[in-house]
Order: sequence, then C-alpha cells, then structure tokens
Amino acid sequence: MADLELPARQGFAPDDSFAQGQPAALPGEIPLTLTINGETRELHVRPWTTLLDLLREELSLYGTKKGCDHGQCGACTVLVDGQRINSCLALAVQKDGCEVTTIEGLAGPDGTLHPMQEAFIEHDAFQCGYCTPGQICSAVGLLKEGHARSREEIREMMSGNLCRCGAYTNIVDAIEDVLSKESAK
Amino acid sequence: MHENQRAGMFQPHDTALHQPHVGAPRNRVDGRAKVTGAARYAAEYTAPDLAYGHVVSGAIAKGRIRSIDISAAMAVPGVVQVFTHENRPRTAWRSKAYQDEVAPPGTPFRPLYDEKILYSGQPVALVVAEDSEIARYAASLVRVTYEEEKHETDLAKVRAQAYKPPKTRSGMAPPAPRGDAEAGFGAAPVKVDESYRIAIEHHNPMELHASTVVWEGGGRITVYDKIQGVQNTQSYITHVFGLSKDDVHVKSPFVGGAFGSGLRPQYQLFLAVMAALELKRSVRVMLTRDQMFTFTYRPDALQDMAIAANPDGELQAIRHDVIGNTSTFEDYQESIVSWSAMMYHCDNVATTYKLAQTDTYTPGDMRAPGAPTGMFALESAMDELSYRLGMDPLQLRLKNYAEINEGDGKPFTSKELRAAYQLGAERFGWARRNPKPRSMKEGRELIGWGMASGMWEAQMQKTTARATLTIDGKLEVGTATADIGTGTYTILTQIAADALGLPMEKVTALVGDSKLPFSPVEGGSWAAASAGTAVHLACNTVREQLFKYARGMDGSPLANAEIGRVAFRNGRMELISDPSRFVTIQDAMRAGAVDRIEAEETGSPSRITQLRYAAYTHSAIFAEVRVDEELGRIRVTRIVDAVAAGRILNPKTARSQILGGVVFGIGMALTEESMMDHHLGRFMNHNYAEYHIPVNADVHDIDVIFVEEHEDKINPIGVKGLGEIGIVGTAAAIANAVFHATGKRVRHLPITVDRLLEMEDAD
Repeated sequence: MADLELPARQGFAPDDSFAQGQPAALPGEIPLTLTINGETRELHVRPWTTLLDLLREELSLYGTKKGCDHGQCGACTVLVDGQRINSCLALAVQKDGCEVTTIEGLAGPDGTLHPMQEAFIEHDAFQCGYCTPGQICSAVGLLKEGHARSREEIREMMSGNLCRCGAYTNIVDAIEDVLSKESAK
Repeated sequence: MHENQRAGMFQPHDTALHQPHVGAPRNRVDGRAKVTGAARYAAEYTAPDLAYGHVVSGAIAKGRIRSIDISAAMAVPGVVQVFTHENRPRTAWRSKAYQDEVAPPGTPFRPLYDEKILYSGQPVALVVAEDSEIARYAASLVRVTYEEEKHETDLAKVRAQAYKPPKTRSGMAPPAPRGDAEAGFGAAPVKVDESYRIAIEHHNPMELHASTVVWEGGGRITVYDKIQGVQNTQSYITHVFGLSKDDVHVKSPFVGGAFGSGLRPQYQLFLAVMAALELKRSVRVMLTRDQMFTFTYRPDALQDMAIAANPDGELQAIRHDVIGNTSTFEDYQESIVSWSAMMYHCDNVATTYKLAQTDTYTPGDMRAPGAPTGMFALESAMDELSYRLGMDPLQLRLKNYAEINEGDGKPFTSKELRAAYQLGAERFGWARRNPKPRSMKEGRELIGWGMASGMWEAQMQKTTARATLTIDGKLEVGTATADIGTGTYTILTQIAADALGLPMEKVTALVGDSKLPFSPVEGGSWAAASAGTAVHLACNTVREQLFKYARGMDGSPLANAEIGRVAFRNGRMELISDPSRFVTIQDAMRAGAVDRIEAEETGSPSRITQLRYAAYTHSAIFAEVRVDEELGRIRVTRIVDAVAAGRILNPKTARSQILGGVVFGIGMALTEESMMDHHLGRFMNHNYAEYHIPVNADVHDIDVIFVEEHEDKINPIGVKGLGEIGIVGTAAAIANAVFHATGKRVRHLPITVDRLLEMEDAD
C-alpha cells in the first residue's frame, strides 16, 4: 500500500521524489454499514475513500463541503455518533457501524429547521454559505459538548471552522442565542 | 432601453412610494437553502457517467517541459485520458480569443498550450478518471522532466526594470498631477518620507475553484462554474473552443465566495471543457487547496510616500510612487495611487504607477483592488505626520477634508465622510484617547487606538433585467449577475416586491444563469447599483402596464388617477387618498385579458452625471489593539467602521458585507501573507494551516455604522455599493493603533510577531 500514501503536496512535489513509475493494483472495495441521517445503509467503498468523499460523491450529500481536504478549514464538519469531526480526515471504512449526521439530517422530517439553522438565518451568520453546513454542525456539536459558556469560549471552540466571508461576529451571535435559549429551558 | 440620461439626474426612488422592504433588515431569501445544505455549488452537480479530472501542477518557475511521461498514469485501471500539451485538442490559436471580459492588456495564460513554463504551479497535465481518487492517484504517476531557466520572483530585484504600462487597463488611468509636489514638499516644514509594502495575498474563498461540464450530446454543454459572471464564462468558452452561445449554457446559482478570484475564468474551466468536448462525456475538475495558490492573487507593491504640511497641519504636498508586480504575459493594473490624489485637499500632488515583471501568474483584482494597498501608505503617512505635528490624527484629516474630488475637480454626488468621522469617533470614544504612544496598558498588554479613512468608487454598469408578473400574483425577476454571498438575491427580491406591492414570498429573483438578460461580472461593488437599477426599471415598466389595465377597466375605481397618486400594496393598487378605491392585480390583468406581464429593461449609468460628478463611498475606521510586547502578539479587540454609502437597501446583509470587509482587513494587517521562496520561485505556505486567514478567535467586537447619506444622482435607487469599502482603510487603522500602543511603526504588512519584535522604537 506504500504507493498509495500520496504526499500531501502532490501537485508541487518534484516529479522524481515519489512516483514509483508503475501503478499499484487498485485496492478492492470493503463492505461498510453506516447510519446516515437516520437511515442505515450497506455500502461498499475503497479503503482510500474519505468519509467526506463518500458523502459527496457516492451518496450525493453535497451539503457537506470540501474546502481543503487537510482538516484545516472545518467546512466538512459532520457529527459522528454525536461528535463533530472533520470528515475529510476520516476514512469511511474507519466509521463502520457509526451514526453520521450531516447538514441534510438536522432539520425535522417535516422540514422544521433545527434551532441552530434558524438562528443562523436570523443572525445572518453566513454570506456565501459554503462554510455554513460545517459551522452549523460544529456549533451543534459544540453545544452538546457543554463546555462553551461565553462568547470568548464560543470563539475559541469554533476556531476550527474558517469563514472567509468573515461572518464570525454573527456566527457567535447565533450560537450564543441558541445557547441561552437552551440554558433557559 | 431606458438610458436615464434625460435630465442627468434621477428622481430618487421615484415610483415606489410604499416601500416596506427596501431599507428594512430582511433575512436572506436563500438562507434556508444555505443552512440545509440544499444550495449547490459548481462541483456539486452530477451527471450520468461523470468523469473526474485532477490537475498536475508544474514544479519549476520558468523553463520548458523536456518530457512528460503519462504511461504509468494511463495504466491505472479507471483512467480515461491524460491530457498534456502534446496531445491536447486544438483550440483557438489567437491569444486574443482567450481574453475574457475583464482581462488586463496582454496575452492571457493558455493552459496546456505548449511546453513553456511561465510560473510555478502552472498546470502541465489533466488526468481524467472514473472517480476522483483514481484521478488523484494517477496524477501522482505523471512524470515530468524540465529544462530550467533562471527565474525572478522578487519584485524588489526587478524594480530597476519597472515600466509605465504601454496600454492602460480600462478605468485605470493614473490621476493627472497638480501644482508642484517637489517644491511644495521642499518648502513645507513638517514632512514624512517613507516606504511601505504589503504582502502578496491570495483570495482563498472557502469553495475550491471547480467546474462541472455536463455533456448534453451533439456538442452542447451545460457548465457549472465558479465564476462571478456566467456570461463571462460563456463567451470565454465560445471564443476558445469555437462554440456558439446556444451550445454553451453556464449556471452558477451559488458561489462559495470569490472576492475577485472568480472574475476571470480560471484554468480548471478550460481543462474541464476541453476534456468534456474531447471525451464527449461529462467532466468535473476541482482544484485542491494547494492549487488555489496557482493563479490570481493581490500583487506585491513597493510604495514610496512623501507628504508634507505646514505647522497648522495644512497639507502642502503629496507624492506617491508605486511599483506593482505583474506577470511576464499580462500587464495587470489596479488603482493604488489615485486615492492619494482624491482623499485630501492638497494643491501639490504627483503620483506615478509602474509595473515590473516577475515569473509568476498574473495578479488580479482582490477585494477593493489597489485601495487598501494605497490607503495603507497614505493613511500610515498621515498618522506619522500627525505625531510630527503634535496634532490629533482625526483633526489632521478634518483639517484637510476634500470638499470636492480634487483629482478631477468634480463635486461629489454625496459625501458624508465628516459625519462618518464624527459618529465613528463618538461610538469609539476617540475623545478619551491619550495622544501619547505607550500611554495605555492593561495587565500584560499595551493598548493602542488608531484610525484611518477609506474610499472606494461608487460604480454602476450597464445591466439588463427581466420582470415577469403572472396572474397568480407571483413576480419573477432575473439578470445574469452573481450572488457570491453579497446578498444580491435578497436585495433584488426587496426591490421587486416593493415595486409591485407584493410580499417577498411572492417574488423569485434569479441570477447566475447565462440565459438571463445581460449582466457584466459581479464585482467592484457595482452589482447592487447595476442589477438593482435594472430590476427596478423592469418592475416599473410592469407596474405601468398593470396600472394601465387597472385604469382601463370598466368602471375602474382608479379611472382618473395618476400613477403617482396610487400605492401598490398587498397585491393591489389603491388610491393613496382613499384606499377603499382599489383594483387587485388579478382584476387588472383580467381586464387587460393577459395572464402575464413581462418587461425587460436596461439600466445604464448617466453619462451626464458621470461628466459632472464624482461618486464615491467613504468610511472612517477606528481600531483598538492590545499588544503583548513580550510575545509580540497583537489582538484587534475593537473596530468601529462608520460607512457613508448612500442608500442601504438591507441593513442586515449590508452590515454583514462590512463585517466581512473588516475581517479581511484584520487578516491583511496581521496575518495574511503568501510567502514566496524566491529560490524555488514558489509560494510555500499554500494551505490554510500556513496561510492564516482570520479565525473566529481573532475577531472581537466590530461595530458597523451606516451614516445617513442622501444620494439622488448616481442611480434611481440611490445605492453606492458595499463589497469593498469595509476593507479599504482597516489595515491602516490597525497599523496606526499598533504604533499608538507600542511606539513601533511597522511599514510592511502583515505586522507579524517577528516584524514587531525586530523593530526599534521609532519617532
């Protein structure tokens, strides 16, 4: 499998630094069971397929975004067994038997938005919308973790989710809003 | 055609008397799509038998490809084709065919054109395979050998070869000199004469540049492209590949940020279209984050700025000389020096703007191209001057306030910068500032307060829109512009809803489709003014037609009414003086025996207004920084940005635009820097872990103020645009605050830990 360990900067690496000249045989597909947004699916994937690429390219769940493929931007954040993770850093086969919630699975079956989705709209917590699914999944995961209690803590613990449009102020407002409503319950 | 040039002046907001939506904070109409994952971006459209392309990037900065061996890649099961310069299909041979709508003068880069390498990271091959992983893996097996030539990527090393661009980019003519800047500078007693530099920055939108080309059969394609103007992509494809417009349908309903990186069609579009046409198959090409550093960027600029004043602060001379970098194949130009000729009252001004070539890709427009660069120098120099004068920085600016645009002698259509200074200063608490540097401290941190001004041209471009009202009371409006997150969908919906007196839910706004009426690329902060005006005009025509039907109805309650005395609200037209006299939209259309009313109108800027007036947005930015001097760490804890931008269509989305611009400014001031290894001729920090855009923890309190500014000249909706102004003076204000905190004047952005720590105390 050594040939499959692609250098991270493949596009830039000098051409003689890694290519072995001959292709390796492609790995076979491995069976995998995932519960995605409440629906259990029997899948077959190659071991090199990330959870992100599986969601997007195999299952057409394009709500989960690709921004860097290196775990640096958080656009691909999904909830796995309730915990927020970068789906670009997880191989799909590692998650056999797990429950995955993507942005498409947050709203109720009747289309009622999750309170975090509502708050993001109300506080204009996005502009282009590309980082938004990751921000929302991350924010849902954050509240579940139960550590963030102040704006400062929200900022710090949401810093794995980049937003180039610079909607951070409104993102914090939205999360704080949901947090305070949850605390009031 | 609605030229709007008759009086040279518009009646402001002329017809829509009842305006519940325009000017009110409204949630984004595309909000639900964006928070549920339903909004689809260029790489998220699929097609039967879709193939995936992966780009192989070149490894040297200059030279030629000696050999390229694709055999190992081709042997991978699932690889469909590997395209290189040796086997690429024929495309247009004239370089002019590759010139897009906003191309600067020169010869555009042509992907896989020949064996020549013009810059590091240049695409040298495209591997097309059945899935993305196979394509990426096979791309690693493409073996390229090069013949290297000596490259130069350091602007400072080629400054002696700087030249005045022989062909001026449209709208980029440098300002005419006035008075005698040399003599004025020589005679004045208080002077600043310094050099400033910014770092090269990359746009880094969150969405990776991508194009999905759907093969429709018979040579026809549908293209989903990451672009700020679908019709720019369409004409690029038709010119390069010799197709007719009917064969090329381009759609980009959602664009995941762009900030200028999507103005020009980028190389992934060329490669995806080339592969799809050759393979007669749908193809998607999505770049990697690394590859996002292999095309356009904000250029480097070497700036010399000399300003001088009398002891009372009255400016006596401004001299601003700039050398910007460009590629070896295009003369990219931007407005860096023009602000120095306009911002302040000064009788003696001289500027020069030159280019020098580096072995890089052509730089391009990035959020407020040129303005934050030039204003960093001017507003830093003004700050330095204020200390030498012993004068408050804000007072110095007010002392030299420009009542007219001294660059061309024209009055402004409107300019409420004085109010912006005042309101911003009040909100910030500027009056409590101790002028002495290093005078404020809390805990480990020195505190500094700085300010700067901002300025950006309020532009409008000729744009056409269509409005269609149907008898079910629904209105659809459309123009081919883009919404890159700016809120265009929402403001067009507001304008249209008010024009016909409908709730926003009854209105659908369409953008980002090449089949829609003509629009130029979205950029330069002109989209709201341009698309907004076109939609406003088209809706007015529908409104007038509808009113004609209403008035012509048998026994019409509005039989003798003038349209100006009628309010369109709640789906009906009612007499303002007696709302019980009304006609519903449905009844009017029935009376006219139509089930739809459609109008297409074109809005153009008034040439007479352009001849008589100068139109600009302005801002006053106040910044607080806290600096841990031992660690060199700077935090921007507070920003107040007071903006004068004419009419604000939607305060909610407008505020977001300014917040975003300010965050861009924070990045420019403190963290963003594309670091070139001049030995390799390559940007080394080509990822988000090493190219630092601001993260959530970097952004503290940002307070946005929209100053009341009555604007009735530039367009019928009174809009000046907001996309750029938020960034313009922000980095300068932060740098000035850092000086106030530390007594250290850093003239090279970004102000990183090392730059701050190595500085000796100045002044």
